[in-house]
Amino acid sequence: MYAYIIKRLILMIPTLFGAAVLVFVLMRLVPGDVCEIKMAGDGAFVDPEAIEICRQNLGLNDPVYVQFGQVIWGYLTFDLGTSMWTGRDITHEIGLRFQLSLQVAFMATLVAILIAIPLGTISAIKQDTWIDYVVRTFSIAGIAMPSFWLGIMIILGLLITTQAWFGDPWMPPIVYVSPFEDLAGNLSQLIWPAVATGYRYSAVATRMTRSTLLEVLREDYVRTARAKGLLERVIINRHALKNAMLPVVTIFGIEFAFLIGGLVVTEQVFNLNGLGKLFVESVETSDFTMVQQLVMLVVVIFVFMNFLVDLLYAWLDPRIRYA
Amino acid sequence: MRFLKSTLVVSFALGLAAAWAGGAVAGETPVRGGILKFVVGSKIPSYDAHMESTFGMIHPIRPFYSLLIRVNPENPSSPTDFVCDLCEGDVPAATDNGLKYTFKIRKDVWFHDGTPLTAADIKATFDKIVFPPEGVPSTRKAFFSSLDSITVPDKYTLVFNMKYASGAFLPAVAAPYNFVYSKKDLDEKGYAWHQKNINGTGAFTFVEHKPGAYVEGKRYEKYHHEGKPYLDGFRAISAPKMAVRLQAIRGNRAAIEFRGFPPKARDDLVAALGDKIVVQESDWNCALQFLPNHRRKPFDDVRVRRALTLAVDRWGGSKYLSQIAIVKTVGGVAFPGHPLAATKEELEKIAGYWPDLDKSRAEARRLLKEAGAEGLEFVLLNRGVDQPYRVVGTWLIDQWKKVGMKVTQNVLPSPAFYDAVRKKHDFDVTVYFNCQSIVNPLADVSAYISDDIAGNNYAGYQDRTMDKLFDQMNRSNDPAEQRRIMRLYEKRALDEEALQFVTLWWYKINPYRSYVKGWKIAPSHYLNQHLDNIWLDPHLM
Repeated sequence: MYAYIIKRLILMIPTLFGAAVLVFVLMRLVPGDVCEIKMAGDGAFVDPEAIEICRQNLGLNDPVYVQFGQVIWGYLTFDLGTSMWTGRDITHEIGLRFQLSLQVAFMATLVAILIAIPLGTISAIKQDTWIDYVVRTFSIAGIAMPSFWLGIMIILGLLITTQAWFGDPWMPPIVYVSPFEDLAGNLSQLIWPAVATGYRYSAVATRMTRSTLLEVLREDYVRTARAKGLLERVIINRHALKNAMLPVVTIFGIEFAFLIGGLVVTEQVFNLNGLGKLFVESVETSDFTMVQQLVMLVVVIFVFMNFLVDLLYAWLDPRIRYA
Repeated sequence: MRFLKSTLVVSFALGLAAAWAGGAVAGETPVRGGILKFVVGSKIPSYDAHMESTFGMIHPIRPFYSLLIRVNPENPSSPTDFVCDLCEGDVPAATDNGLKYTFKIRKDVWFHDGTPLTAADIKATFDKIVFPPEGVPSTRKAFFSSLDSITVPDKYTLVFNMKYASGAFLPAVAAPYNFVYSKKDLDEKGYAWHQKNINGTGAFTFVEHKPGAYVEGKRYEKYHHEGKPYLDGFRAISAPKMAVRLQAIRGNRAAIEFRGFPPKARDDLVAALGDKIVVQESDWNCALQFLPNHRRKPFDDVRVRRALTLAVDRWGGSKYLSQIAIVKTVGGVAFPGHPLAATKEELEKIAGYWPDLDKSRAEARRLLKEAGAEGLEFVLLNRGVDQPYRVVGTWLIDQWKKVGMKVTQNVLPSPAFYDAVRKKHDFDVTVYFNCQSIVNPLADVSAYISDDIAGNNYAGYQDRTMDKLFDQMNRSNDPAEQRRIMRLYEKRALDEEALQFVTLWWYKINPYRSYVKGWKIAPSHYLNQHLDNIWLDPHLM
């Protein structure tokens, strides 16, 4: 097992290097110049010399191989560099937003688990009954409904209903407060994006739970358990559900990794100062260094989540052993 | 019926706003206290206004700094009314045939770190802006091309010595980017220090900046304008999406947004909140243009370029587009509210502004035929931003269709758009914009001079007559002479040589919570942002 873990960790190095090269090259192919946008983006007169000095100061006039060398050297020395837009340390910029993104990812995952596993299980047990149809409709609606649209509807709904009921419209806070400072304030902001995202996320997991559970319930060992007279509750909980969870866990793992850096639109809708919003802003401003490090962060998270999911397989299914 | 209702509501709100802005405020006593929360739709690059140009920096950072002179906070809609901020008395007139400006500096001003302000600080600031050392970017130093040197005869006197008299100089000094820095900071901490640090003499002192989230400031008790600021502090909240900014005002998470909303957003807010919303509106120092690419055939032919402008119904467009987009005012090259701008009668003599639209379009067809460009097909490049670019772009296509042109639109995200227009020059005709802060037509119209001189002419032509006229205009200190030359310049740019064109001027609409008092709209979202005259009415909160 330890040999397997070490092997997987070593294999991450070429994966991450490949991703770094790919992102670097792609960013250089995308048209755009951070100095043009920063200094002339609002349409005002700008001295061309000032733009040239900006490029010079940011190293944009250096040969591409020099710029790439600086990125790789930064990884080796654990220095992610500075944002081309703000001139601030990228580690600091990401650190400011990571807590929020991580919290939303956790909350959305929790919402998804709370919805998906019970509903998927009930749907499978009550296959082809009205309950099954209701659950399936609910989950298909979740897949069909973009989470940003649901987010917009939630905000508008809150504004309209609170005004109708209390006289003044209310909407979730638009500035993040840490749960350690003000838990109520924190939850009143983040519960809504967590629901909007968690619902869509749960829809996929509900359908996966239902289909895999149906498959497992037709296995010989479940039939044997029933023949032995075990309670249905015990059969479902102890024997069927645990085995049916393998693909569901994969989905949760991948979605969780996605949520940390990928809530691009939802973060905009709720004005969450997270990694997704930072990513969009950095692309809009051609902040190459920031985009490079954000994509690499997401790559690292994905690689580690895949690794963790693989390890979780072994725990869930004793037949899987890593040598 | 619904339209009628919303129109009535808007009219009511506008009436209220006009009454309030026009004099009702005089009877109201400002109340001290409260935190103003406002939303900002752009991001802060650095804190150094001498090198930045975005309002994303001006709105949250300007309240920490003072200027030598500024637009009159009580009359910001006037493009020619400047008052002293750090100087004493009235803004001085030029002496020595326009070659010298002598400013007396206030003696009661302290930087937030406790250092007293003297004329040397202002000299150091303008030296950085106008004569920066090598490697130090200064975005607008070209606006001070008439300035020869700055001297400090005594501790509280500052003299600008001019190379030649220029009407563009004083407005350039009043630009909101000219934050006054401490000489001590510049000398001891270097020219890059202000990019990440703040030490000004403004109405508020810096408290905190959470990048991507907010900037906070608190009242500066030793502020030099007595009794101000009224607010305890402010919080500038970053909100890039317009929908969020709008909802934030509706949900009272923010009281105001200083840039501006489209008409529909104004109507929605007023309809939802009634008298809890006040609206101020103004012409905006931002011209939405379209530029033919002179490097490309057939746009190197003046007849084709004239046909482009003759096909466009600006007077009609103003009426219809102003209902859905942030454009309204028909104007020439100079900001419509300025004495140097063309009157309606003068405009109507310029191609593309003729009152007889049929005659104009018939002439466009004739010119196209004469140039062998009947049924001209081309691509209109546009910026992937809804307001006002895509709305006006779609309208332009319809206008050109009416003289037989077949136009398709290529909408690109901002970075790719700038790359195509500014670097690659890869377009037939493009929508573009000339947005400035302080209204300074003599400098603002520099976008029309030859592209090897202008920093912001992307149409790709050289016209030495335009350059000469521009120079003459800027070297004249006589407003009548400036105006005469401006008409020649405008006629040549928009009509005779049809170099590049204005569609309509932007129109600024600011709906905000009615408890915000004291703020008056200016013709630019960069102006009047020091916040020292804003107060919050507790009875309306």
